[in-house]
Amino acid sequence: MIISVASGKGGTGKTTIAVNLALVLAKDEEKNVQFLDCDVEEPNAHLFLKPIIVNSESVEIPVPKVDEKKCNYCGKCAEVCVFNAIAVTKNKVLIFPGLCHGCGACTLFCPENAISEQGREIGILEEGKAGSISFIHGRLNIGEPMAPPIIRKIKKKIKKDYNDNRDNNITNHHIILIDAPPGTSCPVIESIKDSDYTILVTEPTPFGLHDLILAVEVLQKLKIPHGVVLNKCDIGDHKVEKYCKKNNIPLLLFIPMDKDIAVAYSKGIPIVKINSFYEQKFIQLFQKIIQNI
Amino acid sequence: MKEIAIVSGKGGTGKTVITASIAALAKNKVMGDCDVDASNLYLLLHPVIKEKNEFYGGLIPSIDLKKCTNCGRCQEVCRFDALKTINGQTVIDLISCEGCGLCALVCPVQAIQMKENHCGEWYISETKYGPLVYARLGIAEENSGKLVTLVRQNAQAIAKKNNSELIIVDGPPGIGCPLIATLSGANLSVAVTEPTLSGLHDLERVVKVAQHFGIKTAVIINKYDINLENSSKIEDWCRKDNIPIIGKIHFNNIITEALVKGVPVVEYSDNTVTKEIKDVWQKLEYLTN
Repeated sequence: MIISVASGKGGTGKTTIAVNLALVLAKDEEKNVQFLDCDVEEPNAHLFLKPIIVNSESVEIPVPKVDEKKCNYCGKCAEVCVFNAIAVTKNKVLIFPGLCHGCGACTLFCPENAISEQGREIGILEEGKAGSISFIHGRLNIGEPMAPPIIRKIKKKIKKDYNDNRDNNITNHHIILIDAPPGTSCPVIESIKDSDYTILVTEPTPFGLHDLILAVEVLQKLKIPHGVVLNKCDIGDHKVEKYCKKNNIPLLLFIPMDKDIAVAYSKGIPIVKINSFYEQKFIQLFQKIIQNI
Repeated sequence: MKEIAIVSGKGGTGKTVITASIAALAKNKVMGDCDVDASNLYLLLHPVIKEKNEFYGGLIPSIDLKKCTNCGRCQEVCRFDALKTINGQTVIDLISCEGCGLCALVCPVQAIQMKENHCGEWYISETKYGPLVYARLGIAEENSGKLVTLVRQNAQAIAKKNNSELIIVDGPPGIGCPLIATLSGANLSVAVTEPTLSGLHDLERVVKVAQHFGIKTAVIINKYDINLENSSKIEDWCRKDNIPIIGKIHFNNIITEALVKGVPVVEYSDNTVTKEIKDVWQKLEYLTN
């Protein structure tokens, strides 16, 4: 099954939850755990799982290249491009690669067949192993605006044997954990769509509640079952709990504010490695998710 | 007129808490919240909305089922897997759609129309600290960069009209399109980080983006004392790159208390943390003048 970990607000503990859940599940030899870090703008899971990277590949999007010998500057390419990535003057075609989404409209509609496409790197994807966990993450190149193509490529790495058995995946012990970026817009949607379950991580503050409500709306729109992990559950007020109870959203796990956890986090050490009590907590978290699907 | 963008790379490092306090300390300024996915600044500034505007951020296709012959041409050309056949009928998956319009262009029977997509709202508001422009991107929508640009342009227009010297914008997390839209045109970016491995990793990336676009950066280390070793790593990294550190804010529960009460922490209490934030503001004033 695919379990994603998301949150409207950043810094609530998504990576902590995803990483610790992965480590606990991977202890069970029967389980096959794949970890996808889809926060390609700021990937952090590798700091905790410390995978050995064995494969690195470039992620490219196709951008147009104009053969000026064939081009007659008719302007059709600019006309069909809704992203304003092409401008045509009397005797020049200007291409703005940063705006291009790689849809291929210009290439298809050029009456002179003057446009070909070439790949432009916008980031990289890395694969490796962290113990028995198969690890994949992506990295958006500095200055590049578009994360979704990298996320799409990461998700294509979901193992084929998983996809082949998707219908009976709940019993087949193949678990894919997705660490999503913060927010509610396209990179988040791209990361969590097709999930069987999404864990929303939040904290008991007005910001945490406000952004949780937005995240819940996203999941309702995507029709993905979801539950909440309340991190630093004792720092603020009780409004998140009240909201969840009122709206029948399962509260899956409470993690108190704990100096030891904060210090371990700051060093890149997962909670389950410093406190065996949490190992049990994360197993229970997984069991609750299974019950809720 | 100067524009300061508060950014962080990693979420939850304290951008909004610091922005709200600076909003309370600075005089004659305009505020903008460029985290249009999950705007939080208004929760601390309590605005009265003066003007509500609709945001149309792009085009979305719709299929006229009476005209569609299910020929499959649109599916062939779509590179985003946004068209599927379900029970013999071509349907659009708007979640996957990028709005490029290629399907509408190739449809042999003109069964697909592109329509403007209402994907959010933006507000001009007044707070006790001055005008605030903020927005709300619709759930699961795209084009957050465009909405960020609208927020910034309107904050600039108000600042011009009011003869304000300063615009303070609260940025989004990450380094992608909304962050780039936030930084473009800023005079100074202030990156708020925390002394964790994630904080340092993400700080490096966001600072590189600012440098890539030629924007000066200063750094604030929040929760400075939760890991002093990492704090000194951040300081070394900044020193090496000639980036000024304009604040070291210690961990204190008072920040969460103020947040729960919904007020900028500098107005909530007077202690070492508030003094540290006031020092940040003094340095920022110096850097922008």
